[in-house]
Amino acid sequence: MFMQQMINGFSLGSMYALIAIGYTMVYGVLRLINFAHGDIMMVGGFLGFFGVAVLELPFLAAVLLAIVGSALLGMASDRIAYRPLRSAPKISLLITAIGVSFFLENAFNVFFGGVPRAFPVPSVLEDILEFGGLTIPVSALIVPILTAMLLAIILWVLFKTKYGMAIRALAFDVDTVNLMGIDANRIITIVFGMGSALAAVGGIFWVVNYPSVDPMMGVLVGLKAFAAAVVGGIGSVGGAVLGGLIIGFTEVVVIAFFPELGGYKDAFAFIFLILILLFKPTGILGIDFEKSRF
Amino acid sequence: MTVKKDQWINLSFVFGVIGFIGIANSFFDEYTIRILNNIAIFTILAVSYNLINGVTGQFSLEPNGFVAIGAYVTALLLVSPEAKQYQYAIVDPYPFVLSLHANFVVALVLSGFFATCLALVLSFPVFRVRGDYLAIVTLGFGFIIKIFAINYPEVTNGSLGLNDIPEFSNLYWTGGIAIIAVITVLNIVNSKFGRAMKAVRDDEDAAIAMGVNTFKAKTFAFCTSAFFEGVGGGLLAALLTSISPDLFDFFFTFQLLIIIVLGGLGSTTGAIVGTILVMGGSEWMRFLDEPMKFFGYTTPAMPGLRMVVFSLILIFIMLFAREGIMGKKELKDLFKGRKRSAK
Amino acid sequence: MILHVNNVTKNFGGVTAIKETSFSVDRKEIFGLIGPNGAGKTTMFNIITGNYEPSSGEVIFRNEMIHGLKPHLIVRRGIARTFQNIRLFSSMSVLDNVLIGFDFQARYSFFEAISRFPRFIGEEKRIKKRAFEILDYFGMSAFAHDKAVDLSYGQQRKVEIARALATNPELLLLDEPAAGMNPSETEELGNIIKKAREDFDLTVLLIEHDMKFVNQLCDKVLVLDYGKTIFEGKPSDAIQDSEVISAYLGDFHHD
Repeated sequence: MFMQQMINGFSLGSMYALIAIGYTMVYGVLRLINFAHGDIMMVGGFLGFFGVAVLELPFLAAVLLAIVGSALLGMASDRIAYRPLRSAPKISLLITAIGVSFFLENAFNVFFGGVPRAFPVPSVLEDILEFGGLTIPVSALIVPILTAMLLAIILWVLFKTKYGMAIRALAFDVDTVNLMGIDANRIITIVFGMGSALAAVGGIFWVVNYPSVDPMMGVLVGLKAFAAAVVGGIGSVGGAVLGGLIIGFTEVVVIAFFPELGGYKDAFAFIFLILILLFKPTGILGIDFEKSRF
Repeated sequence: MTVKKDQWINLSFVFGVIGFIGIANSFFDEYTIRILNNIAIFTILAVSYNLINGVTGQFSLEPNGFVAIGAYVTALLLVSPEAKQYQYAIVDPYPFVLSLHANFVVALVLSGFFATCLALVLSFPVFRVRGDYLAIVTLGFGFIIKIFAINYPEVTNGSLGLNDIPEFSNLYWTGGIAIIAVITVLNIVNSKFGRAMKAVRDDEDAAIAMGVNTFKAKTFAFCTSAFFEGVGGGLLAALLTSISPDLFDFFFTFQLLIIIVLGGLGSTTGAIVGTILVMGGSEWMRFLDEPMKFFGYTTPAMPGLRMVVFSLILIFIMLFAREGIMGKKELKDLFKGRKRSAK
Repeated sequence: MILHVNNVTKNFGGVTAIKETSFSVDRKEIFGLIGPNGAGKTTMFNIITGNYEPSSGEVIFRNEMIHGLKPHLIVRRGIARTFQNIRLFSSMSVLDNVLIGFDFQARYSFFEAISRFPRFIGEEKRIKKRAFEILDYFGMSAFAHDKAVDLSYGQQRKVEIARALATNPELLLLDEPAAGMNPSETEELGNIIKKAREDFDLTVLLIEHDMKFVNQLCDKVLVLDYGKTIFEGKPSDAIQDSEVISAYLGDFHHD
């Protein structure tokens, strides 16, 4: 029982982590809370659904479709809606982000209907493994493993490649990046692409674990993932993962021990967010961006 | 230009509105009066929402949460104990819920008071640190309020909501409070508090370097917004006569955001103009959700298309007309003319 | 002695921006803080104004320790500043910019403002009168109702100093006040600073690159290089000091 909850917590936390990475990276380079990021995850789920149920693609091909489609959508949102506002007051950027978020939710609502649809989960993922009394669904096991692999790739990109170093430099100082001879806008596009691709993977995991898709599913998950990014320390990829795991575990464990709090489970992440802002606003692994202010 | 002239412009405006309310009340039909009531309530909400977003420049998404609080407080205080007895269908209410009762004015003031208290509580985590956490915390707050409204049926009657709220709101109440709200907000803006808020918006570091307590400026703006949103929620509850958690979803806030952005962030006059346009236009745009005929083809009804159009309008304004209709100007600036040229 | 910086060190992560620096500024002195780019001058300003907390050491203003206080409270104790790149409130008029400096000196409450209580009207009148006095002093009252950002660069610099003086400071910190000015504007600025020192009973601490400006204006200079003090004394002696010259050699082309 305990082990099972641990695995569930790990699995849920990994999904939050995948989405939180996108928030934290975009915040790092633009100081923007990308409200539409949760909805990109929703679009990823929908594309996966579309690929499997409508185009009848094999599961992995549908996943690829979701990843590529979401990455393109994320980059397009930056190019169309955010880039023209680079020198505008910050509030304009935030309002536009809310507009993009609301647009995606309602466009999907109009064209695909607001009713949650069942996601046809491939049978391999529905298998249940047994290890000496433990019953573990394959999907719950595969999520953390794949997340760890993706995280390894992201960290390699960030710390070992030229573009990764540029992304990290951009988080502190635009001029340094320009000195490196790299176009800052190109880096930002890459960040949106990477973040959105990860969100799409998170979205696929989500619709496999809670097998349904609906246009509003990104709202709460997005909010929680952002809370996770702040808890871990906004701007830090490792922090996003840590924060995601903390919030995922808390949800699973608290409900396991206090089932009567089930109705409030969506409030936990919010309470975490408030507490971290009160006591350690830079988060657990946080970077103090304000140092470069003057 | 003297202060006197400003006052004349504003005073004649106030009397114009009062006269209009009198005429509207006796001659207009029920549908029109309903729209006017909505415009009055949304004016209250928009000018106060503009104070934190436009004047202080702190992006916030709080209105639906505080309006919900105001609506529930007023509803709980206005619904008679007998009516409550049979309304609570999910679980029995707490005894104190049944005994709550107050007149309309007290209910509205308490609605504003509760919203203000919660705003004060939220101010500490979000205004002590920099960053745009206000937006995400207020967005989350709206969800939390909804979660509580659904999961706490002993007080709120859960997803069924509260019904049989006496219909106290009429044009005199909504219009009168709208005038009070506008005057209050303008008086704040034209004082050292308003100057400090604008300074925070323009350059927070420079404001601090002038000895401005920026935490206080932001908190005052946020709490004032919350107060009027609570009162507006109370008026709304007493206008609609029934409320439920779904009424206060994010679309509510989104509408107000479009209003203040369209009118011009930072302009109180703009918030009023935006309210009239959006509330009027929103009625007119209902056709979008209905089946439509194009060249003999009929498209099926698309509920929600209006929302898509709304979000596109918002993005469009931000990208191509960021100043909105009024920019940061007020009514009095329109009468100034171009007498003095800069330099 | 009005300001005493005692053995201040400031680290950012692993980088030491200021190392064990001490100096004192006397009342009504014009004190220059100079040194090549990246020497830690602006960091020192930010420590004095409370934007940064020193990693170790203390800042004493009028015999009271002020490090660790919130920046807006340090302003209220009598330390005002201007910024390297002029930072006026862009949507506000020149008058409103100066009135912000009176923010904490206007004594009326939030509810007195909402209800337009007599005290509100009296206090607003009082601070407006004083704001116009300061603008008059700088010859800027004709522009009171213009937007601050519509003025010329030199005029904006004056408004920024007027705004700082509105907070009624005893110590004024000027971060590269002459940057971006032509020689005649620079000369006018120097005269204004000297005159304001007498008329407002000011002590001035300034960061500047223009050595000529420093030489004719400052009573005393402190030269920083990579966070360390390499010279303290008269400006005319500084330009002959070998260590100062070698520190500056690599940096002259920036000026």
